[in-house]
Amino acid sequence: MEAACVMATNLPKTDVVIVGLGAVGGVAALPLARAGLNVIGLEAGTWLTASDFAPDELRNNVRAWPQAVQKANQEIPTHRPNASAPYSPRQTIHPMMNAVGGTTLHYWAQSWRLNPWDFKVVSETTRRYGASRIPKGSTVEDWPFGLEELEPYYDRVENELGVSGRAGNINGKIDQRGNIFEGPRKREYPMPPLRGTGFTEMMAGAAQKLGWHAFPGPAAINSQPYQNRAGCAYHGYCNRGGCHVNAKGSTAVTTIPKAVDTRRLTVVTQAHVTTVEVDRNGRVSGVNYLKGGNEYFQPADVVLLASYAYENVRMLLLSKSKAFPNGLSNNQGQVGRHYFSHNTGASVTALFSRNLNNWYGLPAQGVAVDNWADDNFDHSGFDFIGGGNLWVYSDRRPIGAASMSTFATTPRWGSAWKAFVKQNADRWNQAYLQKTTLPYEDNYLDLDPVVKDPLGFPVCRITAEFKENEQKVAAFIQDKMIDWFRAAGAVATEKAPIGTMGPSTHAYGGTRMGSNAGTNVVDPWGFSHEAPRLGILGASVMGTSGARNPTLTAQALGWRTAEYLAKNWKKIVS
Amino acid sequence: MAEKADGDKSGISRRELLKHVGLASAAAAVPVKLFASAPVAAALEVPHAAAQTSAAEALETLTAAESSTLEAIVARLIPTDDNGPGAAEARAGRYIDRALGGALASSRDAYRAGLAAVDRYARTSRGAPFRQLSPENQDAVLRDMENDVATGFGPASSSFFNLVRAHTIQGTFCDPYYGGNAGFTGWDLIGYPGLRLAVTPDEQRLDARVTSTHRSAYDHTMFSTKKPARASLDGGSLRHGD
Repeated sequence: MEAACVMATNLPKTDVVIVGLGAVGGVAALPLARAGLNVIGLEAGTWLTASDFAPDELRNNVRAWPQAVQKANQEIPTHRPNASAPYSPRQTIHPMMNAVGGTTLHYWAQSWRLNPWDFKVVSETTRRYGASRIPKGSTVEDWPFGLEELEPYYDRVENELGVSGRAGNINGKIDQRGNIFEGPRKREYPMPPLRGTGFTEMMAGAAQKLGWHAFPGPAAINSQPYQNRAGCAYHGYCNRGGCHVNAKGSTAVTTIPKAVDTRRLTVVTQAHVTTVEVDRNGRVSGVNYLKGGNEYFQPADVVLLASYAYENVRMLLLSKSKAFPNGLSNNQGQVGRHYFSHNTGASVTALFSRNLNNWYGLPAQGVAVDNWADDNFDHSGFDFIGGGNLWVYSDRRPIGAASMSTFATTPRWGSAWKAFVKQNADRWNQAYLQKTTLPYEDNYLDLDPVVKDPLGFPVCRITAEFKENEQKVAAFIQDKMIDWFRAAGAVATEKAPIGTMGPSTHAYGGTRMGSNAGTNVVDPWGFSHEAPRLGILGASVMGTSGARNPTLTAQALGWRTAEYLAKNWKKIVS
Repeated sequence: MAEKADGDKSGISRRELLKHVGLASAAAAVPVKLFASAPVAAALEVPHAAAQTSAAEALETLTAAESSTLEAIVARLIPTDDNGPGAAEARAGRYIDRALGGALASSRDAYRAGLAAVDRYARTSRGAPFRQLSPENQDAVLRDMENDVATGFGPASSSFFNLVRAHTIQGTFCDPYYGGNAGFTGWDLIGYPGLRLAVTPDEQRLDARVTSTHRSAYDHTMFSTKKPARASLDGGSLRHGD
């Protein structure tokens, strides 16, 4: 990268540079800016606002936001199940998003805290069932801390973004209206949950018939006006759509504007970061980026990487130097290891004999069952660990509705098909089922030896497949979901196969957090074990997935790393 | 539909809308026998003036021969029948023609080769170009393509079949801005009550009776068809083909 340095324009030094102003970088900027540090946020995308968020299924769902910068879509990782298997067909579009606010512009905004078990999978499994129950080949470790350490940061982020929900456990007091399996929280959510619908209430009633506990899930979407933003309008285009009334708590309308208001955060859009630089002592010194055809070097005391797992890993592996010949912070060979993606394949689709009226609403307007997640049930009689969160919601758009399964009853076209979709377009529902996924020694990320991005840099390569434990969890949880749909009156159900571990927005690991420098890239505060002044944010530091969406946990971790940096600034940069 | 949709829009959108309900060019693409059937005539009630405004629309990407083959295919994939208008009246073919010059440009070559192959196979297997076959024979050709029995296709014939099927569904059920779902025929077929920027609790009840709005997203002036200038190299607008 020396050549790039010679040609690049050297910019004035800043305190902190954040690479990626999305879900997590956009949160971490705020505590830094409030502490008075000068922060430069380099974002590959642009600002997008309400007028860019038309309720347009073709543009949002089928064509992956052509109005946005397409960097992530030009760098989609390749995938092969294992080192001797053929490559999967490469995905052509992906919801990973380049914009100020990143994928939070159009995410579903489900904002879960992990359950206590997720932090202690190894010790709790060993204690309850014996060490032999940890799946063979898994590299899972306990997190370096438990839920109680992260609780204050979850709380902070829930209140800065605005999360709607119903607490199930406040300081140990269980509230049946919320998730009775969640760990203790200090206080109620900032807003009540999003409202129910006819369909979600029907499903909640069916869960109760089965003796299960149904509750509304948490969402970073306003159920009522919050911090000068409107409440949700339930218009039905939230799934991969931006919010035209700013009810969705995207970082683009919450933490980033708050940080900009401090005058300490400078947002640089359309900045395509290529590599991180280190000085002669192996300390991080800044980043190289391209903007408008020009090269820049942005010096900084501290660099925080805040992309998806794939791009965090790729950036490290591309940033080679004398001190780090195999990629930045990779002298122990841990960058790219302990990768896993959330197992959201193996869905269940149900057909009902009545219209469900799911044309409006949003994927966060739903009802959850957590009885079969994590270690919320006794696994003594089972041959797997973990489980899945059951979740159904009100969400339907016309192209998607017409693309429904015919449950093998009719051909896929012609008059019989047309009669089928005319009758059933509003009579089906699909549950995608988030499940425990573990890291394994032979599931990993590295650089693709062949496929390059438009600049000529290798894209990220995924080598990963679901193992026995994941397949057993999937089969178990699909059966539970079928029980639930049947109890609600479904007349037919269909199971999807588990699928592959190709690129996912629920991507974890690759720069795992832990005390042991031999098996983890970052320390328990999120800073590199090897490269001073390098922090890593995002789900790439998470060592377990839980059975629920990763974003709020990644954001709480990001806030915690940033707050630690601000409080220990002198120690860290000296 | 015309009253509501015509209410508060720019001239361009109104012209678009009028085109949506135009009959002449749709009729040209649909077998006469089908078009004359009673359910279709009932379903296509349109203001008289609108029907007169639509002269033959120029194709944007496809040749006339390609277009007529494509129109005949989409009319069998989602046929006009007792359940009302189908992909022909929704103008799925027009949607595809426009999109092949924009968002689906990477499929242009597949259509050139695929449509030619459809006609070749129709001739060799059934003795006439696809558009001249009876509906039964057209369906037989499509089934052969779907099942990879049809010969003369470069890649598997099912890949072209699946491509056209996916685009026909897009063109029948998309926002009318893109030239398909004309007259909201697709949304009406499946009972989608249409865009509402705010939805009440009552409208989410199981037995709610929700009236159709018949509006395009871009009938709402707050939504821009402009690409954010910062995000695109050309800084242009979103076109109906994009």
